[in-house]
Amino acid sequence: MLGRTAGGLYWMFRYLERSENTARLVETGLRISLTKSSDKVDDWSSILDTAAAKELYLEHHASVDDDKVIDFLLRDRSNPSSVLSVIEAARMSARQVRTALTREVWEATNDCWMRLHDVLRQPVSRQRLPDVLAAIRQESALVRGALHGTMLRNDIYNFCRLGTFIERADNTARILDVKYYVLLPSPLLIGTQVDNVQWETLLRALSAQRAYHWQHRGPADAQSIAEFLVLDPRMPRSLAFCYRKIAANLGYLGYDYGDKPRSHEIAIRLHHSVAARNISEIFGEGLHEFLLARVADTRELGEQIEADYRFTR
Amino acid sequence: MKVRQGYFDEMFDDGSAVRAPYRAYQDWFEREDPSWLLLKADDAEHSFRRKGITFNVYGDEDTTERLIPFDVVPRVLAAHEWRQLEKGIEQRVVAINAFLYDIYHRQEIIRAGRIPESLFIDNAAFLPQMVGVDPPGNVYTHIVGIDLVRTGESSFAVLEDNARTPSGVSYMLENRETMLHMFPELFSDIRVQPIEDYPMRLRDALVRCQPASSTGQPVVAVLTPGIFNSAYFEHAFLAEQMGAELVQGDDLRVIDGRVTMRTTQGDLPIDVLYRRVDDDFIDPLNFDPDSLLGVPGLFDVYRAGNVTLANAPGTGIADDKAIYSYMPDIIEFYTGEKPILDNVRTWRCGEPDSLAYVLDHLDELVVKEVHGSGGYGMLIGPAASTGEREEFAAKLRATPEAYIAQPTLALSSVPILTQSGLAPRHVDLRPFVLVSPDGVNITPGGLTRVALRENSLVVNSSQGGGTKDTWVLED
Repeated sequence: MLGRTAGGLYWMFRYLERSENTARLVETGLRISLTKSSDKVDDWSSILDTAAAKELYLEHHASVDDDKVIDFLLRDRSNPSSVLSVIEAARMSARQVRTALTREVWEATNDCWMRLHDVLRQPVSRQRLPDVLAAIRQESALVRGALHGTMLRNDIYNFCRLGTFIERADNTARILDVKYYVLLPSPLLIGTQVDNVQWETLLRALSAQRAYHWQHRGPADAQSIAEFLVLDPRMPRSLAFCYRKIAANLGYLGYDYGDKPRSHEIAIRLHHSVAARNISEIFGEGLHEFLLARVADTRELGEQIEADYRFTR
Repeated sequence: MKVRQGYFDEMFDDGSAVRAPYRAYQDWFEREDPSWLLLKADDAEHSFRRKGITFNVYGDEDTTERLIPFDVVPRVLAAHEWRQLEKGIEQRVVAINAFLYDIYHRQEIIRAGRIPESLFIDNAAFLPQMVGVDPPGNVYTHIVGIDLVRTGESSFAVLEDNARTPSGVSYMLENRETMLHMFPELFSDIRVQPIEDYPMRLRDALVRCQPASSTGQPVVAVLTPGIFNSAYFEHAFLAEQMGAELVQGDDLRVIDGRVTMRTTQGDLPIDVLYRRVDDDFIDPLNFDPDSLLGVPGLFDVYRAGNVTLANAPGTGIADDKAIYSYMPDIIEFYTGEKPILDNVRTWRCGEPDSLAYVLDHLDELVVKEVHGSGGYGMLIGPAASTGEREEFAAKLRATPEAYIAQPTLALSSVPILTQSGLAPRHVDLRPFVLVSPDGVNITPGGLTRVALRENSLVVNSSQGGGTKDTWVLED
């Protein structure tokens, strides 16, 4: 397969994953501002942090204002991670690698672009927002469904999956790092209103709220939330899950190609950083330091995959 | 339906009687509800958009991707009509390849005084680098598109030969797919010659021209300028259908005398490159040094016989407008036969008698620049103002040899489906021809382009043209 094609597939699925993550963040912000009596500005500001978009936002806007944040995250073309920007980028990558995709995957991606392009054409009013967010979630799910249902399990598929899980691991690690302090055991805040709100933000932003409560009956606590989001291999957005998938997809590639370049070592290292560990150990070495290291590792792994498989000249 | 006076309509020759090839279609059409057909036409548009069958419009920022409108009424040719066309096309394409071989070797046709040497001097379409080069299998034009116009029951003429990188074949194939999908019952009632094996035949034609140095199954790739090219959809489509790689210039590199592509597992040599990039842009070392699209050294590999380029570089000299008017001579010279298909009458303004005639009849002629393309530097006499004609006459007097003139053609019409039923619109036809060392293969039919505006004779997609499925009936 062409290196450029492998790169196109990888980025196509990174972008699709990002569109969903961003939509979920907006949903979280909206939910919190609707249901809690907390400080709205603070909540949206933290949403911007989580999206790693605050700096860019403040270049364009003087203050944090909910409607402006929503618009910035969903539609603003000057924000390269806005849903509109990444959907356009995903579709452009898909056109680039058209010959590697089944008709179903291509059409799902093209449909996704046509529909979201259309619903995001005008500023999104509050009445329309829930439908728009649902459309974003639905469209990316349709592409994923087409991928699973129609694509051969070969190198093409593995590059798609690598893009998905690198993006997701990066997203989860960053979200956790922005909020790591709410997970630290602190005698002052435990059980307060602030804590509950923050935990909910975190769980919602990772689509993990229901899943967490299925796994943990009884009241939530910081340690088990952290354990769930970092170490639980059953939770599809946890670091442990993402790293296991990355190692597996690289493993298939290695088997296919009969070669294990350097990215494989990094992937194994990442896998061991979360497999068979317990959360108190990680708290012991420092949660913030741990998460920072994972963000850096994930970036290194992504870059090494690009180099090993010759995405660019 | 009311036909246009003075023009031949392919469905209703005199406005009432249905011509034989359309009878079965007409019977079906009469039974259908027109509003249901219009609904189907909308479906077709939606399906084209979903599949991404679009072309890019340069410099149009808002909607950079457009659809070429598709009309649901097919253009129908009888088997015997097609057989005649097929013979003429084959003769012409054989002559074009013989001409290209000769012009890049001994130039017998010039020695024999059949065409003047001056045509090749300073002609950018003639590539001195190709002199003495033997393309694999001696095929120059693996793919040719011959633009035909019809002006009467049995009068067809060639308007233009496309011997460089003809496009449009993906529309021909998708139009048929769309028709089969929308009206399956039509195809069980009416036997239409199939076209869907074109991609496999194309692959076959390319593989048969693999370079002598390659053994076994050759690696075939399609070279595209990239996703912003207007025909990108077609490049991707053909690569996918042939099971070939779709590559861009920056995927390719010359290593150890081979053209290779950068894959996830190393650099893999390519044997046959179907390039959809113009000569100027294939190799900055041998051609345009400013090109970013090309592959440095590609042409040296070609000369050494280690890669096949389709079409060969330098084929543009065969479809040059200055050469066109000599096509009847070229056909006679290389085949020893009279041309089966007519040329459109052409006045070479460099000849004093012709110039005088053209200047006298500017209001009824189309004047074209010999080296121009895409409708630039062109005068459509009947549509031009007196001022425009006078301005053009001055240019003609200054450099007459730079122009040719042709009559304004009475293109035939075929009905399209409109809100108020069938209405005649003018059409042309581009059949697609494949050439391999084993011979010439012509896909039955081709791409019918139709001017959607009433009374318009311009079928180009950039100027409101659409397309139709083209049927050649079985005997």
